[in-house]
Amino acid sequence: MEKNRKKPQASDLLAAFIASDGRMSILVVLLGLLCGTLIVLAVGRNPGNMFAALLQAMTGWDATRGVWNIRYVGEWLAVSTPLVLCGLSMAFAARAGLFNIGAEGQYIIGLTIAQFAALYLPKVPGLHAFLAIVLAGLGAAAWGGLVGWLKARWNASEVVATIMLNYVAYYLSRWATMQIPGANTYKTPSLPQSAQLDLPFLKDLTNGSTLNAGFFIAIASVLAFWWIMEKTRLGFALRATGFNRDAALASGIRANRSAVTSMAIAGAFAGLAGAVVALGSFGYGRVLGGFDNYGFNGIAVALVGNSTGLGVGLSGLLFGLLTGAQPLMQSRGIPKEITLIISGLVVVFVSLRAGLRMVLAWKRPLPATAGADGATAVADTGSEAPDA
Amino acid sequence: MREMILMIPSVLMMAAPILIAAMGGLVSERAGVVNIALEGLMGIGAFTAATVHFFLESSMGPVSPWAAMVVAMAVGMAVSLIHAFASVSLGADQVVSGTGINLLAIGVPVFLSQIIFKMERTEPFRLGLMPGPGGIYPTAWIAVAIVLATWYLLYRRPLGLRLRACGENPQAAAGAGIDVIRLRYGAVMASGALAGLAGACIVLTQTIQYTQNTINGAGFIALAAVSFGRWTPKGVAGASLLFGTAVAMAIFMVNVEFMRFLPPEFFSVLPYVITLVTLVAFSGKDWAPRAAGKPFEKGRS
Repeated sequence: MEKNRKKPQASDLLAAFIASDGRMSILVVLLGLLCGTLIVLAVGRNPGNMFAALLQAMTGWDATRGVWNIRYVGEWLAVSTPLVLCGLSMAFAARAGLFNIGAEGQYIIGLTIAQFAALYLPKVPGLHAFLAIVLAGLGAAAWGGLVGWLKARWNASEVVATIMLNYVAYYLSRWATMQIPGANTYKTPSLPQSAQLDLPFLKDLTNGSTLNAGFFIAIASVLAFWWIMEKTRLGFALRATGFNRDAALASGIRANRSAVTSMAIAGAFAGLAGAVVALGSFGYGRVLGGFDNYGFNGIAVALVGNSTGLGVGLSGLLFGLLTGAQPLMQSRGIPKEITLIISGLVVVFVSLRAGLRMVLAWKRPLPATAGADGATAVADTGSEAPDA
Repeated sequence: MREMILMIPSVLMMAAPILIAAMGGLVSERAGVVNIALEGLMGIGAFTAATVHFFLESSMGPVSPWAAMVVAMAVGMAVSLIHAFASVSLGADQVVSGTGINLLAIGVPVFLSQIIFKMERTEPFRLGLMPGPGGIYPTAWIAVAIVLATWYLLYRRPLGLRLRACGENPQAAAGAGIDVIRLRYGAVMASGALAGLAGACIVLTQTIQYTQNTINGAGFIALAAVSFGRWTPKGVAGASLLFGTAVAMAIFMVNVEFMRFLPPEFFSVLPYVITLVTLVAFSGKDWAPRAAGKPFEKGRS
């Protein structure tokens, strides 16, 4: 690693921002919020209302009416849970050099299996919910692993394959759920209490919010992600494949098996997200009427979190804040889709980030920032995308 | 058999937008830029067309859908500039920037609908495009014209040769004096315009307003058609027709007597399954343009 220290300049400050993934992510998010503010201004609404909604979602403090209710904090954490898990799904595949747009479909499979398990497994308290979650994770792992296998065996583009499987999962879920006796076109009979994830102490703590045991599943998943990636031989093999597939192959890593394993584990994370939403948010099974978009937002979560465990956890909370603030914005006269626009802008800025870095590196050699850089791993997948 | 012939106009109606968008994807990928944003650009085009047509319908009458299509093309082209800037000028990951546009396209149309129409969809217009002789919509003829034009441009014009060179070996192309950056910009913008037009075609022939489900994966199907069609205009046209047929079947089969025992979801899922199966069955890396998806940097060997 070369060192050429000179007098600090403005460009050095910029370079320092660009060299650190974490700081860059903060910059990207701030840019997204800034553009969102400008858009709200451009359509003649008051961006102050947007920030008031965000403040209320984060702290429970309603600045317009001067009331405080901690329930909003609980809802924020509750809605962050599936976002963190879907972000982990995207991130896990990205670290192995794959672009998993299929978290939405894997999420749907997990959700559907959890609903079936809740309705049909014996109602043993504790065990019932646990089994439902495990089955959802396994089912979604198989769904994700299928894409890895298609990629490994036939070199089918995982981007197109996962997108198509999202739609397949959606219609499959609708059809299967409507077969349940007593189900109509939008819901099934109520799920038994033994399958639900709500914890009385969390409910008391957050004034009756929907925050539930799923939040602990997300924390455990973040830790598991970190442990698998950084501390196990499997994680090392996956990261090596993500960095340089040929080099990994040459050093005896079976890259094809890596594709299946990483997509299966990615699927499991998204499946857990589905199970948490199915067993935690509603008292009944849902016949989906459209995508829940947790999986798609997971892409933004992973990109902002630089595909590391902790990073995804934090950015999941951030996007959870945006999602949690949606109804509060709508009631303040800001169309709630502004949060989707901000997510999209953030992803666009993330893509510019990699490019900006490249331009600067070309103009002036920067110290190598590779290390545990998830963004680099993501950047590598682009070259494989057209192999369809 | 009679049913088959009766189905032709619907198949063409469904296939035309996929064909148009796929031609855009083809041009872009042959120049070396993968445009996964086709889906989002189609959504933005569909929303633009629905809005423009709603406001012009009473004053411009039958000219209004055509004006809507032109505006949709322009807007699609403008939005695709984001993708061009990220992937061509900054060498960004093309899948990431395309995904960003797709996410934006989920939010922007509904956001603007809430501002303009005070609801989560556009106000329905009265009449879309009118079908011509034989019940065939003019979009089918537009699609045919675009396929022929793409083929002519790619294989019979020097510009097409240069464009293909940018997708195969941009360094060599640059060495031969071709402005790779400019050509790639042009290709991405062309794909944006075509995707915008394709979105307009969907909304003006198949429905009467823009909703979140108007595009419903048609852009991704077009993207798959590009690889299934092995990056040639003829192949991509064939693939698009196949996928269009699958989409049309999904609607038609529900009404066929001996198919009634199957649930409607079975037919809805068919286009995606067929796309997936053909993608797997015909995948092979030898067919893709060699430099597609890879950023071009001047002076890199």
